[in-house]
Amino acid sequence: MANAAANPLAEVDATQRAMLRPVQLVLYLASVMLSLIAVAPLFWMVSMSLKPTDEVFRTNLVPHHSTLDNFVYVFTKVDFLRDLWNTFFVSASVTVIALIFHSMAGYALARLRFPGRDAIFLAMFSTFLISQPVIIVPLFVLTRALGMLDSYAGLIIPSIFNAFGIFMLRQFYLAIPRELEEAALIDGAGYFRIWFSIILPLSRPILSALAILFFLANWNNFLWPLTVTSSQDLWVVQVAIASFHEQYNGSWNYIMAASTVVAAPTIIMFVIFQKRIIESIKTSGIK
Amino acid sequence: MRPSAAKSIGLRDVEASSYLRPRLSNLARERIAGYLFIAPDAIGLLIFVAGPMLLSLSLGFFSVSGFGEYSFVGLDNYRRMLADPLFWRSLTVTIIYVVALVPLLYATGLGLALLAKENSRFNTVVRSLMFMPQTVSLVVVGLVWQVLLIDKIGLITRFGGVFGLGSISWLGDPRFALATVIAISVWFLMGFYMLIFLGGLHDIPREYYEAARIDGAGPVQSFLKITLPLLQPTSFFVLLVSTVAAVCGSQTFDLIYVMTKGGPANSTSLAIYYIYQQAFLFNEYGYAAAMASVLVVILMALTVLMFLLTKGGRFTYG
Repeated sequence: MANAAANPLAEVDATQRAMLRPVQLVLYLASVMLSLIAVAPLFWMVSMSLKPTDEVFRTNLVPHHSTLDNFVYVFTKVDFLRDLWNTFFVSASVTVIALIFHSMAGYALARLRFPGRDAIFLAMFSTFLISQPVIIVPLFVLTRALGMLDSYAGLIIPSIFNAFGIFMLRQFYLAIPRELEEAALIDGAGYFRIWFSIILPLSRPILSALAILFFLANWNNFLWPLTVTSSQDLWVVQVAIASFHEQYNGSWNYIMAASTVVAAPTIIMFVIFQKRIIESIKTSGIK
Repeated sequence: MRPSAAKSIGLRDVEASSYLRPRLSNLARERIAGYLFIAPDAIGLLIFVAGPMLLSLSLGFFSVSGFGEYSFVGLDNYRRMLADPLFWRSLTVTIIYVVALVPLLYATGLGLALLAKENSRFNTVVRSLMFMPQTVSLVVVGLVWQVLLIDKIGLITRFGGVFGLGSISWLGDPRFALATVIAISVWFLMGFYMLIFLGGLHDIPREYYEAARIDGAGPVQSFLKITLPLLQPTSFFVLLVSTVAAVCGSQTFDLIYVMTKGGPANSTSLAIYYIYQQAFLFNEYGYAAAMASVLVVILMALTVLMFLLTKGGRFTYG
């Protein structure tokens, strides 16, 4: 009986497998092709940045006479180090402050009971889909009224607050067992100490995932720094290369060298943390 | 409220003893801690997100000078909007962009996710490579694609020459510029939606597919009868988020600013870019805010939809 049932199945399996082999091959090839399409422009950027002026628009990917002159030129013509430092300082500040605030808020929303908690959560939720580009005009008017135009404060503070991080952390804290905090509560620990010495260490995996995402997002942010800063001392790299592009229009080897410098930190970060980044985005949808 | 509060902080067993008196102050302490913990983010969101949201709804009724002087003008900005051909143009461009981009992102995201669905070392690399464009700034993306598409000498323009398309100016011809921007947006965004779809696909129990196979269902049938129906929540999420991204994602500004400045012949003048132009190039803050308020209202409606969809803001992690 069991044999009779198993045999036709095995046959189906075998024929299906035989049919699948060429299909599988085609799918593999498609994966390779699409992956190449995804990364080829980035390789081309690096390639152009290493080519001398007379070679930039030749079609060879590997430069015949590779040179670092383009990078030297970029760093001597523009105060690029200053821009890189500004970008790092702003992105790191936003990331650290945002994670502290979001963790506190997420903990309170998940764990502490106080009147109005659900209303506050709803109000925060209502800002979820609002991105900076939509409110750029009133945000600029407001920042001007607060006297924060053209300052580090203006670059950093308005970028700290977003509902996404709060929700991710709240969700994470809802899943932490209560027993740990209860023991501490009975021992007489205050809420701040519980948050600082129990909750924060427990949330290291999600905090590090969010830290990477926040840092990348802020490093790559262009519209707000462009809007809020006017003095060159405060430029971030994205504003700097956009302006470099307008100034040196046509000198593509220099522009690509500058682009490579700007993109390198985020690409390197991605290569190092790819597993964590991919997992955290994969699981951030709804189910 | 109080008994349940005591119950869930686990003091029920000891409440008869010496913990009875501190219990009341515990409750007060918890409340105070709650407000203090939530305060920084609540105040920040109020000032820097909710504030501008509400401000954008009211700023449209004012005329704002470059120096920050306001005068009430009633519906003037909205009337001007209706009579502004460039506003209608940017609205049309935005609608075309959204209508093209959302299905394309759905198809490419789902297609790539299906392609890289099985967990293997090969697919891990494929997923990373597909996602790689997302980690690069949009300014760089715009610059790199611009250089690839330069008339006559750009790499892709030359490649098009093989098919007799060498004379096309991808970003300089009003007939092609918007399509080119859409293609670049897909290239940039598809990796993100692939990952969201992968999360959804991996939640479908394997047994369903095995059972279907035993019943004689082919790959197409099991895709139509199992994958698509069970993927519904993910699909809704993707459609919603990609719609928002198509209306006002940062690529709607960054790519346009770097590559086309809204041209040629306003063919890539997306709403976000036109609003920026009006505000920061022509100092028409009130008029720009009036146009933005239309987008804010659309987004608020989508947020309500999203709230219902996530059953009250339930996002999952890990």
